[in-house]
Parts: sequence; structure tokens; C-alpha cells
Amino acid sequence: MISGAEIVIRCLQEEKVDYVFGYPGGSVLHIYDALFKQEEVKHILVRHEQAAVHAADAYSRSSQKVGVALVTSGPGVTNTVTGIATAYMDSIPMVVLCGQVPTAYIGQDAFQECDTVGITRPCVKHNFLVKDVKDLAATIKKAFHIASTGRPGPVVVDIPKDITAQVCDFDYPKSVQMRSYNPVVKGHLGQIKKAVQMLQEAKRPIIYTGGGVILSDAAERLTQLARKLNFPVTNTLMGLGGYPATDKQFVGMLGMHGTFEANNAMHYADVILAIGARFDDRVIGNPEHFGEEKRRVIHIDIDPSSISKRVKVDVPIVGNVNDVLDEILKLIDGGFTADPEVADWWKQIDEWRGRNSLAYRQSEHIMPQYVVEKLYEVTGGDAFVTSDVGQHQMFAAQYYKFDKPRRWINSGGLGTMGVGLPYGMGVLLANPGSQVACVTGEGSIQMCIQELSTCKQYELPIKIINLNNGMLGMVRQWQEMFYSKRYSQSYVTSLPDFVKLAESYGHVGMRIEKPEDVEPALRKAFTEYKDRLVFMDFIIDPGANVFPMVAAGKGLTEMILAEDI
Amino acid sequence: MRHIISILIENEAGALSRVAGLFSARGYNIESLTVAPTEDPSLSRMTILTWGSDEVLEQITKQLNKLVDVVKVVDLSEAAHVERELMLIKVRATGKDREEMKRMADIFRGRIIDVTESTYVIELTGASSKLDSFIAALDAGLILETVRTGVCGIGRGDRILKV
Repeated sequence: MISGAEIVIRCLQEEKVDYVFGYPGGSVLHIYDALFKQEEVKHILVRHEQAAVHAADAYSRSSQKVGVALVTSGPGVTNTVTGIATAYMDSIPMVVLCGQVPTAYIGQDAFQECDTVGITRPCVKHNFLVKDVKDLAATIKKAFHIASTGRPGPVVVDIPKDITAQVCDFDYPKSVQMRSYNPVVKGHLGQIKKAVQMLQEAKRPIIYTGGGVILSDAAERLTQLARKLNFPVTNTLMGLGGYPATDKQFVGMLGMHGTFEANNAMHYADVILAIGARFDDRVIGNPEHFGEEKRRVIHIDIDPSSISKRVKVDVPIVGNVNDVLDEILKLIDGGFTADPEVADWWKQIDEWRGRNSLAYRQSEHIMPQYVVEKLYEVTGGDAFVTSDVGQHQMFAAQYYKFDKPRRWINSGGLGTMGVGLPYGMGVLLANPGSQVACVTGEGSIQMCIQELSTCKQYELPIKIINLNNGMLGMVRQWQEMFYSKRYSQSYVTSLPDFVKLAESYGHVGMRIEKPEDVEPALRKAFTEYKDRLVFMDFIIDPGANVFPMVAAGKGLTEMILAEDI
Repeated sequence: MRHIISILIENEAGALSRVAGLFSARGYNIESLTVAPTEDPSLSRMTILTWGSDEVLEQITKQLNKLVDVVKVVDLSEAAHVERELMLIKVRATGKDREEMKRMADIFRGRIIDVTESTYVIELTGASSKLDSFIAALDAGLILETVRTGVCGIGRGDRILKV
């Protein structure tokens, strides 16, 4: 017989969890005591619970394993909500263990009590309140199972303090049987055959892929398929790295800040092969405008509710992306003959490419795009790049050419500012020794800046690329373009001296103000200061904007290009 | 279009709030909702009356199926089914209205299940439209209180919703 607290830790050991990100408090003291008595599961003490969940999230994004966070009841839980919602929107497998007040106190407005199951319900894949210590191990097993299968997502397990003190036998279930939860894996063969037929008939095809390719580890299969078909490929923000960005078939990211060629190819395609993507508002722009072109859509997704949600689909295929792509590859193994008109389509795409829509104006100041280009060069295109939310995020997505999956770590769905630094922590712990750059801005970085302290404690040598324009850049860009330059609350005055700030936490700080200093600073950070966290404060051109841009409510082809301004 | 969705769901604490929360979060309508355990006490059966286009209904069923506690979902109104709703209605029953109320209850095959000197409680079962008609047939000034269960329904013949 062991205590509930020990059961929690044993479960984590059984799940081969090597890191738990968390913050102790009253309701989880028994669990922290059990954690203290063993060495297999290591704990990373963050400075704010939000960061624990973000770090666990990035640990998962960069490794395919389930991320785990551990927090106390009440404020511990409410602080995690942003992190949980972030993971939920991007379908990231994660288990969040929360302390709760003792069972007898629930509903009495006890100290540090909150309705965890109620508060987190709309932003989790599922959640549990454990009411009997005998159910504890089976519940945690279910949590890991639900989080990591089907369309992945975060699962919360709420554990009252008395449950962690009670004792019972430990028996970790080997497998999970649930009559209410049996996600489909294999795609329907008849539908897959229909899809192949449609691909053969396509004259203006496009392969449009999203985060589902990354989540199901299907990048290799996707590349094989795309090469065989010789069709153009575009990735969503979440799908970057799912197909090599340096490949000639890649037409760039699509959507609100997608390339001219990607958006046009998507809009004018006669057959769209959508894979693990969901046609969201940032991707297709105005749905009525998008619907004006006649086209046929094949959609592969593990979640049936993503299919025909925003765009009517002709051939739905519900299944794990990797398995379905495997089936398609088998079917066309004997050879695939594309319609001869596809050659003309490529000519059209090359013409669109000729617009060079990612060209940007030169300036005496540092241009943010230039910093990302240099970062790409200095890191050999092989770094993990985490990002926050805003202009810097789009610059990183547009100019860092991701050739591998799980290298681009950002909050695509929820758009959470502040994730970049804790994401860097999670990535480094999952991939020790790798190059990790956090491309951020002076607005976003301050939302979780306290984690500089965690990075010092665990010696996490993240390279922070702070694209500092002294403004909330994306807000300013919209105000400039759509609100007659009324810059309401988008100036950030009273910024700290980031160099001194970094130094006060024991890190290296640099301030870079001239374009010619960009590359040497980056080189220094990644070589001389390889093992240190370096905070690089790049003072950039305050007028730099993100182009191309599809304004809200506009159609995908109604892009504003840099040259139009 | 009016639809009746029947759901078999694990009889767990919070199951109802998961379904209700899904409807409010995604902006779907709930006209009525009834829920009670089935002959297997580990399962509850929920009946939801909702309105929406075919596309919305497709999303509602898909989203409901996505809830981890939901075992089965069926749109009853897609095929032959029977539906019933129960209403208890308290009316003023004095003077000449007392006899008239009894007559109205008889016409609609209702039963008077509580009698005082001045009131009746009438129990009426049927399709929702029948209950609406009964209310419309009464003098509004005489209705003291109404309570309706919301629609429940079941498929006809071999159409069976079971695990």
C-alpha cells in the first residue's frame, strides 16, 4: 500500500515522464514530498504557473512526448488556464495535474479553492476530479491515453489533498478501454481511392498542410507524396517544417501574411489536398470570397468536426494523417500520371513567385526581416525557433526556412503573447544541447520575463532575439493601416534596459543598434556564449510592417504587398 | 430545421455541463433538454431539441461525438420516431370555469391530478405542438403556472439507440 501522492509519482514513472514543470503549494505538498524521495522524475521550478504549462506544451511540441505540469489548487490552477487554452487550440498532448482542497471542503469556499473542472472544461480535451484514491492510477492512465491519442489535447486531473494522503495498492493499468472514446486511425479505403482519382484529374492542384502533419509525425510521408505528385505545397503557420521550406515545390506559408504565390495558388487551385489543416479564418480570409472559385477539396483529418466546418469538402477522409498518407503512397506506388496541364500551372506559379513578395525595404536602421535572415544563416537553418505573438512571429515564420518538423514552436491558434521564453525552456529540456532561439518583441517578452530566473537556475542557454521597436508592432501596423494612425496604447514607454535586466538575472545582455552589428552579435551568441542565455536587444526600424497582408474580411487574393505602400 | 438529438452519455458528474457548455460555447440553440439515467445506471440518456441548418446539425453531432463522455449520438428526427412531452398546468377552476376546465382537459385527453376549491392541476402528455394548442385553447387569465419536461423521443421499430 502506498499513498496517493506516491501513486501520482509512480504513474509518472510508468509513463516515462522525465520532466515535470510546476510550482508547489498547500494542496500538492504531499505530491511534492513524494517527488523529493525519488530521482527518476525531475522537476523544473518555474516562476509562474502559466510558464509551467507553456514549457510542458513546448516540451511536447518539440519531442512528440506528452508534456506534464503540476500546480496547486486555486490560483495555481487559474494561472494555468492561458497555457491550457494555448495547448488546446493547437492540439498539443499534455497532462496537467492540479491540487484541490480536501474532498470534504469542496464547495465550501475553502482557502485556495476553485472549481478547476468547471473553469478548465471549455479549454481541455477532457478533465477529471479524482474522488477515490482507488481510482487515481486508472484516471492518470486515462489522462495520458486521451491526451496523446486521436486529435491530441490537454487533459486536467484535479486531485484533492486528502486523496494524496490516503493509501491503497498501486496497480497501473497496461491499457485503457473506454466505450465512449475510440478514435479512428485508419482512413476509409474507398474514400482514399476517390482522392487518388481526383488527384489524377487535377489540373491546378495544391497540397495544403497544417499542424496535423507535425502532430502525426507525417513530414516524411508528406515529402514522399509531394515529390511523387510533383504538386506545389503550402503550409499553414502551424504546419511549417512539415515540408522542407527550401524545396522547390514549396510555395511558402499561406494566409493573412502568406506569400503571393501561396495565396494565389490556394485560391485558384481546382483540387485542394488539405492535410491536417482546418481552413481557419487566418488561412482562407473571407470565406465568401474564397467560395467564389469552383474547386474540389480532399480533406484528411483525424477530427471529423474539422471537416466541412468552414469549407465544404468533397472527399472527407477521417484518420491519422500518417496512416492515410501511407495508404495513398501504396496506391500510387505503381506510378502516378498527373494531368499534362499541371505543367502550365507550375508556369503560372513561377510567375506569381516572380513578384518576390517577401522583398522588404532597406533602411539605415536594422530591419527585423534581416535579423531573422541572419539568424537562419548563423544557425545553419537548424535551430529550434520559439516565438511569441505579433510582427516578430510573422517575420520568423516568413524568413526562417524550416526544413524539419517540430522546429517552429509558436502559439498559432490562441495567439498567446508571452509563450516564447517558457517555450524555449521546454524545447531545451526535451532537446538538450540544441540551438534554441526565441524570436520575440519587447511587448511579448515582458509577459513571462520572470522565467529568466528559471533559465538561470537550470542553465538553459536560450538565445533571445528581441526585435525591439518600442511599440506593440502588430497593433501599431493595424492602427497605421486601418485606424488613420491613431496609435492608441500601442507605444511601450518606460521599457527596462534589457541588457542590465538580463545581467541582473546572471545572463549575457547585448544591445545591437546597427545593421552591420547584427551578424557578429548573433555569431558571438551562438559560439562564444553557446552555453549562456543571451538576451539580444535589437533596436529595429520602428516603421517595419509585415507584408504581404490580407486585411481582415478581405479575400485571399486581395493582398496588400510591400510595394503597394 | 427542428431536430431532436438523442445522446447516450456516461453517467458521470459534470456530464450535463459538458454538453450544455458545448452548445453555449459554439452558439448552438437549445430549445429543451431532458436527461435521466437509463436502465443501465452507468449511462444517461439526454434528449436535446434544437434548431439549425443541415451544416449546423452536422457540426453539432460531430462536436457532441468528440466529447469524451459521449457514447452515442443520433438525430432522431432524421427518420421515423415518436416524441412526447409532459406538461403540468395549474389553472383557476372556480364558478363556470370549473366545468369548462374539466371539459377542456377531457378534450385534450389530459388528467386532473390535483384538485382544490379554486384550482386544478392538469397533466397532459403529447407532442409539443399538442401542449402548445392546449395552452392556446385556455383563457390565458386562468393559467396560474405551467411546467413542461421538454421533449423526449425514441426511434420507431428496429431503430434502437443502445450501447
